[in-house]
Amino acid sequence: MRRRPNYLAGAGSLVWLFLVGLPLYVLLAATLRTRQDYAENGPISIPDSFTLDNYTGAFDSGFGQYFFNTLVVTGCVIGIVLLLVPPLAYAIVRSRGRATSAIFRLFLLGLAIPAQAVIVPMFYLISEAGLYDNLLGVILPTAAFCLPMSALILSGAMRDISPELYEAMAMDGASPRRMFFQLVLPLSRGGLSTIVVFSALQAWNGFLFPLVLTQSDSSKVVTLGLYNFQTEHGIDIPGLLGAVVLSMVPILLVYLFARRALVQGLMGVGGK
Amino acid sequence: MTTQITSARSAAGPRKGSRRRPPASSATKVGRPGFAWALPAAVFFALFAIIPLIMVAVLSFMTWDGLSSPQFTGLDNWSRLMDDPVMVKSIWLTLLLTALGVALQTPLSILLGVWAAGHQRNRAVLSVIYFIPLLLSATAVSVLWRALLDPNFGIPADATWLFGDGNLFGEQATAIGVLAFVSTWQFTPFHTLIYQGAARAIPQVLYQAAEIDGAGRYRQFFHITLPQLRNAMITSMILMIVGGLTTFETVLILTQGGPGTDTTISAYYMYDKAFKSFDYGTGSAIALVLVVAATIISLIVVRVSGYDKMRSSMEGVS
Repeated sequence: MRRRPNYLAGAGSLVWLFLVGLPLYVLLAATLRTRQDYAENGPISIPDSFTLDNYTGAFDSGFGQYFFNTLVVTGCVIGIVLLLVPPLAYAIVRSRGRATSAIFRLFLLGLAIPAQAVIVPMFYLISEAGLYDNLLGVILPTAAFCLPMSALILSGAMRDISPELYEAMAMDGASPRRMFFQLVLPLSRGGLSTIVVFSALQAWNGFLFPLVLTQSDSSKVVTLGLYNFQTEHGIDIPGLLGAVVLSMVPILLVYLFARRALVQGLMGVGGK
Repeated sequence: MTTQITSARSAAGPRKGSRRRPPASSATKVGRPGFAWALPAAVFFALFAIIPLIMVAVLSFMTWDGLSSPQFTGLDNWSRLMDDPVMVKSIWLTLLLTALGVALQTPLSILLGVWAAGHQRNRAVLSVIYFIPLLLSATAVSVLWRALLDPNFGIPADATWLFGDGNLFGEQATAIGVLAFVSTWQFTPFHTLIYQGAARAIPQVLYQAAEIDGAGRYRQFFHITLPQLRNAMITSMILMIVGGLTTFETVLILTQGGPGTDTTISAYYMYDKAFKSFDYGTGSAIALVLVVAATIISLIVVRVSGYDKMRSSMEGVS
């Protein structure tokens, strides 16, 4: 069946292409030209200079350290989520107890809690615990706020495992623990990769917890580095945009190699 | 991990005896994990989310400057907030920005989502570009647009025929416009994904039947596509509302709540009160207002649309 082209939607999509394409062009072009060229010829012009100084400059102003810190935070958050969520989701899906369903409702409620809502007490608790300006003080709340959505995603994936498989294993006398390691974990790999990507995005892009809970350069993460760069050297736009591009490189790499898991992880982010 | 496993084993212990029953009933007596499996995550979550949530309610009745220890002051924070013109204004601004976000993003993302749901090759290629704003953090998006819209070195300085004096951050109307535009730029791809998944799930046979009846493209869109996207619309709008209520980075980086307090939305006012004026009690009270609003909306999420439906709308996504 041949259909007429849909001009309205086509036009709409071209407008969107322009709205997305132009800023991205300016972003990339600005990072590859000198500051003087950018200031004189304006952001939309074709660069008449070429330089990588904006990228090396970002590292000179401390972004190497910030990247390292963000990697540590992201790695630890993924670790905590992978340790806590699979057993939780397994219990949510398989346990018949009242206590478990109460816990599940607690996490559903948790979906509604925005980080902004608890930031003041979090500041109090983290300071009291002596974790202020410490990466651990960022890792713990960030991981906690990944739990509700990860639990929901993973328990959804685990529900797809057919009951016959559990029964077959039970016939062989398998304990809940053996079912978990030999049946549930291998069959929920898709869900696991989604929650890994989701938590990684949350940690990598997290801003509010680092903003309030850290202070010094040695515990600064990339998003906070961007913010500080903007408030301190706002006039060096190519340098700033170089840092922006660097901050998205890891996510672009994930986009190239694990598009499906990334897209589903992003759907989780929006679900918050 | 080891503590988890041992506790799980002891929780499963009592059930072991039941497994000796005749095989006929074994199907229903499959060994099930006890709630101990859920306990570590629950404790961790309670510690870093539920307890702070309770504390925010308590702190809203206290005064605390961050140095001395908090003191109870009863309803002081609340009565001052209710008389605070900035607070009242911030609630209206939050509602206005949220409504603008929904009004801009919904038609745009439905249009793009339905378009991207087609399987043509050019659409697949363009979709990859369309979704790039999703990959940027809210911080990076805000920093990028702050630079692009810079009054002296940004696009407005080049296009004065369109932007006048080029300072979009100097007036309330244009500053709000910038915030609404940047949120739309950042979040439309996400909502487009929701609609793309939902549009792909519409049975083709509906369109074939409509074509036989002689319905044109626009009638098909309004009588088949839109009604079929109802669930996706509910999900997407609720997410937009919750996102709008908690917008923070965009305001902090783009306008700092200014000019004056003309773009000070509630989440930013909370930050400003607590971490700039060191009035943590009042900050907590504002935070509590946000929690209540977000909770009511998310109860609607769970009741009306259901997250199960949202998952089913994710299935078409590749």
